Amino acid sequence: MKHPTPKATRHVSQNEGLIFEKSSPGKMAWKLPPLDVPEVDAQRLLGASRRKDLGNMPEVSEIEIIRHFTRLSTWNYAIDLGMYPLGSCTMKYNPRVNEVVARLDGLANGHPYQPEKVSQGALRILKTLSECLLEITGMEAITLQPAAGAHGELTGLLMVRAHHQTKGDPRKKILIPDSAHGTNPATAATVGYAVENLKSNAQGMVDVAALSAQMNEEVAALMLTNPNTLGIFEQEIHKIADIMHAKGGLLYMDGANMNALVGKVRPGDFGVDLMHLNLHKTFSTPHGGGGPGSGPVAVKQFLEPFLPRPVVITKPDGTLGFDYDRPRSVGRVRAFYGNFGMFVRALAYIFANGPDGLRQTTEDAVLNANYIRKGLEGAYDLPYPTPSMHEVVFSDKLQAKQGVRTMDIAKRLIDYGFHPYTTAFPLIVPGALMIEPSESEPKEELDLFIEAMGSIAEEVEEDPAMVLSAPHTTRVSRLDEVAAARNPVLRWKPKS
Amino acid sequence: MRYLPKSPADRRAMLNSIGVRSIDDLFAPIPAEYRLNRDLKVPRQMAEAEIVEWFRERSRENGADYPATFLGAGAYYHYRPVIIDAMVSRGEFFTAYTPYQAEVSQGTLQAIFEFQTMISELTGMEVANASMYDGSTAATEAVMMAARLSRRRSVVVARSVHPEYREVLATYAAHQNMPLVTLPYAESGQLNHKDLERAITEETACVLIQSPNFFGTLEDVAAVAELAHRKGALLVVAIAEAVSLGILEPPRQADIVALEAQSLGVPLGFGGPYCGVIATRIEYVRQMPGRLVGQTTDRKGKRGFVLTLATREQHIRREKATSNICTNQALMALMATVFMTVYGKTGLEELAKQNLAKAAYAAEQFGKHAKVLFQNAPRFHEFVVETSEDPRAINNRMLGHKIVGGLPLKKFYPELGNAALWCCTEMTTRTAIDTAGGFIAESERSLKSAPETDAEEVAR
Repeated sequence: MKHPTPKATRHVSQNEGLIFEKSSPGKMAWKLPPLDVPEVDAQRLLGASRRKDLGNMPEVSEIEIIRHFTRLSTWNYAIDLGMYPLGSCTMKYNPRVNEVVARLDGLANGHPYQPEKVSQGALRILKTLSECLLEITGMEAITLQPAAGAHGELTGLLMVRAHHQTKGDPRKKILIPDSAHGTNPATAATVGYAVENLKSNAQGMVDVAALSAQMNEEVAALMLTNPNTLGIFEQEIHKIADIMHAKGGLLYMDGANMNALVGKVRPGDFGVDLMHLNLHKTFSTPHGGGGPGSGPVAVKQFLEPFLPRPVVITKPDGTLGFDYDRPRSVGRVRAFYGNFGMFVRALAYIFANGPDGLRQTTEDAVLNANYIRKGLEGAYDLPYPTPSMHEVVFSDKLQAKQGVRTMDIAKRLIDYGFHPYTTAFPLIVPGALMIEPSESEPKEELDLFIEAMGSIAEEVEEDPAMVLSAPHTTRVSRLDEVAAARNPVLRWKPKS
Repeated sequence: MRYLPKSPADRRAMLNSIGVRSIDDLFAPIPAEYRLNRDLKVPRQMAEAEIVEWFRERSRENGADYPATFLGAGAYYHYRPVIIDAMVSRGEFFTAYTPYQAEVSQGTLQAIFEFQTMISELTGMEVANASMYDGSTAATEAVMMAARLSRRRSVVVARSVHPEYREVLATYAAHQNMPLVTLPYAESGQLNHKDLERAITEETACVLIQSPNFFGTLEDVAAVAELAHRKGALLVVAIAEAVSLGILEPPRQADIVALEAQSLGVPLGFGGPYCGVIATRIEYVRQMPGRLVGQTTDRKGKRGFVLTLATREQHIRREKATSNICTNQALMALMATVFMTVYGKTGLEELAKQNLAKAAYAAEQFGKHAKVLFQNAPRFHEFVVETSEDPRAINNRMLGHKIVGGLPLKKFYPELGNAALWCCTEMTTRTAIDTAGGFIAESERSLKSAPETDAEEVAR
């Protein structure tokens, strides 16, 4: 490497094939207790439904399983290894106490249909978390049922639709800024709405005049991310809300970037009618390599009747229970009550922080992003100089002159010991580098990141070919994604 | 605050470097009238020991020492080998993001590829995705996928599909212009094939059944498939109990399988997070929602894995995507992968056999005193028992002995009156079965002399 990095050193990692390739008949990793009831003749009970063969399911021993998954794990980057600057993803520390409390017997082994009188602990968790999230958002009612952010969006838009239908005014369109996450338009389509794009202005914010012109009685709601995907707070949010409300439309806030606001400002106070939260972003529940998430939806009181069934209530005797008798509810969006294990973790995070910790967390997240912005200004093009909140978006305009694009820079960052930032998003910035450090990074890690990015900018000028072929230090080099899509191999099969 | 890695001096130095005087300057973009100038009213900052104690108390209030015993109905209590948590607790797995950057995500990617392979084997399908939220949303998305594939809108649904799955489907279908036709169950607990034949028309996109169905009864998948296919409709089979596939022939005649993989090593967790997954035929893969991992090679020809066929997904296709799903249930899929690896080809069968035997024994014992419904069709590990007394009252007495009885069905199927759905797994002991059988016997014996008393107390 031209510029050696103090952050990372190469070291040997173990090779490992697919688990199926280690399998051989007779190896096993299981032992069942002796059957304490009479054996049955499965063939007689099941007839033609009796399965003959489990195909290529593996047969291996316990030590092989431990080594297999441990070896695989070492091929991953993770927050536990270092900064994970993915914009809009809020990769923060996942506290270990969260994992401990989520595994307590009564919570991990609680059955969703066990009688309410032995579910008071779980119900108390649902209620306490709901109260905390309402206070944090400034909203008035909430459902915890949606399983992820996009699922929360869907739940929110179902409620928007129910609201308009109740007024005898079914509307057709959802307005979505061109900077929005792809789930927003996909969700609107799932709920049967047409999507209308809203152009951003030169500052990277909603063009209020354009919104005013586009808003009419056909528009059900505006889906707005605030701060938006450029990390910019929509300063005219009150005008935006007024324009929507004046024509009977609702303001939906995508809470993906709530990590910039907690304890400092509440969406309920600036005109938002409903919003979702991502517990796996703002509230520290682990991303788990792609999930689980959790996407509670908080609403103003006038939308409360439409919340998914069931809702938690306090009964006359003071105990908690579920209320299913909700005639105006949009229905269910998921079986049972949502990703309960994530509620436990999010609540543990809120307890660990308290009001002072939550505010300091937000301040540190914004401080970190601005420190990076300052550190990289000049080396990378900043298309929107508007002040940044919790994330900053650069472009590859300067590097593109050498034929190096954002994905190449991102891949080179891996050689410096970092996970890449978010590439090529938001769509309004050609060649975007979207960087969100979160509050979890110490100054030393940020300095290393700034140094690495600065060093890569120099490499682009001196040796662009080397950057274009990065990463150079990983187990595998760049993978052929075109071939993967053209001739999909989506499962292992034995060699015939 | 112990999660925040900065000293006051660090913060000052950073503010200086940015060129602002105080942190408030960075929040200047927020209009002053909206800024919160007070503490949030949430509980004060707690020490780790206090947090653990608070949740321990909640755990105790939640029946920590009551195993689920006889509850199933889409959430199953199976033993979870300890190495599952040992593996998923590795920070490299649980603190990693979605594996978009393949070069630093090969661990997650290969594990998902193995998951897709095992689910394909288990369900008898050709391809499986990387997971969906849960069984209910997997079934719903599978139905929407069938509508795209068949270019038809109408859906025929068996009433023996999990009631909450059907509720979720109804929620989505209402806005997709998809009429639902719900078919009753026959005396056997299965779908009535004559009704089905009449219900399927040239407009039917798909038939949705569950097998084993909500009553634990196996549907005749081959016959249903034949009826659906005859009219050009697809067959979607929901499976809520993945362990059943250790001993049950998978629904190979189905076009799409929507599986809830919670049974495969995911904790009950009061209903979530679980692990839905969709499996199908390879020819339908481009209409499948959700992430997919594919095998490919790097520049030196070395095998590697990437997320693939992303043109189906929302981050590329936006409103034209197959689904709005983004985050899935990757960590639960990893739990299921470890579970399936532990039990493997031989263990999955033996595990399923024990479940079958326990339920057969329990149904026989309970059947000596009360009526076991739907006797004429094969079942896996759930069965419906009709008692003379309200099952909530019987359950309430059993609860005093720390046994959770079967699920009273009146809420979902009012016509079934005093029937309850009982489930046995390898965790259900003969002692528990005999004790529960004793309560049922006692109830039947004493009913005439002791009228219904405290049913309301346990009503949900």
